[in-house]
Amino acid sequence: MPFANLSNLFGRSPIKPMQEHMAVAVKAATELVSFFDAITRNDWETASNIQQGIVRYENDADEIKKQLRLHLPKSLFLPVPRGDILELLTTQDRIANRAKDIAGIIMGRKMAIPTSMQTQMLDFVRSSVAAAEQALIAINELDELLETGFSGRELTVVEKMIQELDELEEKADKLEIGVRTSLFSLEAQLPPVDVMFLYNIIDWIGDLADRAHNVGGRLQLLLAH
Amino acid sequence: MTLFAEYSQILFVLACCFGLFMAWGIGANDVSNAMGTSVGSRALTMKQAILIAMVFEFAGAYLAGGEVTETIRSGIVDVSVMEHHPDLFVFGMLASLLAAGTWLFIASILGWPVSTTHSIVGAIIGFAAVGISVDAVQWDQVWGIVGSWVTSPLVAGIMSFWIFRSVQHLILDTDDPFANAKRYIPFYMFAVGFFLSMVTILKGLKYILKEHQIDFSFLQAIGIAAIIGLIVAGIGIFLLSRITQDKTADKGNRFSSVERVFGVLMIFTACSMAFAHGSNDVANAVGPMAAVISVINTGTVGAKAAVAPWILLLGGVGIVVGLATYGYKVMITIGKRITELTPSRGFAAEMAAAATVVIASGIGLPISTTHTLVGAVLGVGLARGIGALNLSVIGGIFASWIITLPAGAGLSILFFYFFKGVFG
Repeated sequence: MPFANLSNLFGRSPIKPMQEHMAVAVKAATELVSFFDAITRNDWETASNIQQGIVRYENDADEIKKQLRLHLPKSLFLPVPRGDILELLTTQDRIANRAKDIAGIIMGRKMAIPTSMQTQMLDFVRSSVAAAEQALIAINELDELLETGFSGRELTVVEKMIQELDELEEKADKLEIGVRTSLFSLEAQLPPVDVMFLYNIIDWIGDLADRAHNVGGRLQLLLAH
Repeated sequence: MTLFAEYSQILFVLACCFGLFMAWGIGANDVSNAMGTSVGSRALTMKQAILIAMVFEFAGAYLAGGEVTETIRSGIVDVSVMEHHPDLFVFGMLASLLAAGTWLFIASILGWPVSTTHSIVGAIIGFAAVGISVDAVQWDQVWGIVGSWVTSPLVAGIMSFWIFRSVQHLILDTDDPFANAKRYIPFYMFAVGFFLSMVTILKGLKYILKEHQIDFSFLQAIGIAAIIGLIVAGIGIFLLSRITQDKTADKGNRFSSVERVFGVLMIFTACSMAFAHGSNDVANAVGPMAAVISVINTGTVGAKAAVAPWILLLGGVGIVVGLATYGYKVMITIGKRITELTPSRGFAAEMAAAATVVIASGIGLPISTTHTLVGAVLGVGLARGIGALNLSVIGGIFASWIITLPAGAGLSILFFYFFKGVFG
């Protein structure tokens, strides 16, 4: 019987798990800063530990994602469209996935960053991670949004956060161009396969900011009615 | 009537026993739904909820339960048809009580949807239509009652939607929600106190006032209700003054202090919910009991015999005992499982549901408190205030009508012929 008492009326709200998921996904990305720090110091032991941490965070995020999907049946009545929430969840999850990819391939190939572009690279990683962190700040407003019924001035607050996120992503884009230019001037002196993979890594780090940016976009769609 | 000369005492005792059994069942099961929202949103501790439920269920039953009792007693069965068969009327009402009580018992063991109101109404229709004749049922009244089962959740839903909207507008969506919460919440408190006492004075209380020959005019009623409302708001303002802003908790969620202010308001709406529930649901137990007792006392099926206050009292006692012996366990379970409801939503739902139920009690319509509360919660949900609501519950409500009405009716027909065989 679907209805024995009043408590059956209340489903599990997806809002808190969404925030938890984003927190874990962004943690995976944040670890990249100390990961790059370690590999520029050639400290592969620490790097390996950090990489395993990132894998763990990615797994945790996957688990939260799975549980959230399982507990979001179509019969649930939500304050925002179910499809939008699931889309947002997928976008959030892709941040963790990319972080895992980056750390995984660097560890697997024991890739060294050319000394002359190390600081540039670190800056680039930091700014991408900053975008992810800004996306987390915006996602953390979800419970406040629920409190105000997804309307009113709380929307403006979130709008502003998303705007900041846009700016961070642009900054990461600019840094990416700088890193690419540096690598281009070095590529003749480096083994071609290494160069190929370095370009790949740069791409992926840029992806991180892109995906954070997508989270902001999805959040905006969720709020637009 | 030789029947009453011979068996009047046995019948009297049976009526009281079955009535108490029903009242016990209501206290054990139904009350927990009415109070669960307050416990779930952590506005009240379990102990406070039980205490409030005891006091206000009792008050509601005694002060405002008369009108619905009257409906159950003489509004479903056509008393003019029954005039020549007071014995059948007594058997029927006893059978209805026993049938509804038994069905509630079976259903709660199975964990099925149970509404005391639907069971008893189904049972009374059952014995009257099959045991006596189809004409013995006042069908136009019955359709009115059944219609109110659809309208009451709707009305509560619309009301809670707008109450919550007003909260959004006045408090949540402002620069300083905390200050505005403290400013506007006393008005909601006043409204709760005013509205409940107004309906009670105009409608429910007349059974008790008549005994003391007191009669209030409409203006007097407004005056008294306003005074009660002001007293309620005054107590509220005092309680609110002790709530201070918690800066550390506000860092996680800017509204956590505001919710604590709403928690105070919810104490008041919880009281009104218990009061409303008592005023409507006690009749399910007490109505048939009152019917039997008045026939035994007078020997005739009188349409106009007023419900004796001591019978309402007995019903109130039964509910409180049910709550104390078993209901608190159900309340703990429900309270633990309702975690998604914050006080600012819970209060809107409770206020709307309580108002709807009290109006129904005033008109004399037996409705389901739980279903009304479901409607009210859905209303808040429609204002996009709740994280996730299980819509399959609505299907469950329909299922409960379809199952409970025939089940109550069938059992009551069975018991009716049983009593007829034993006593008749």
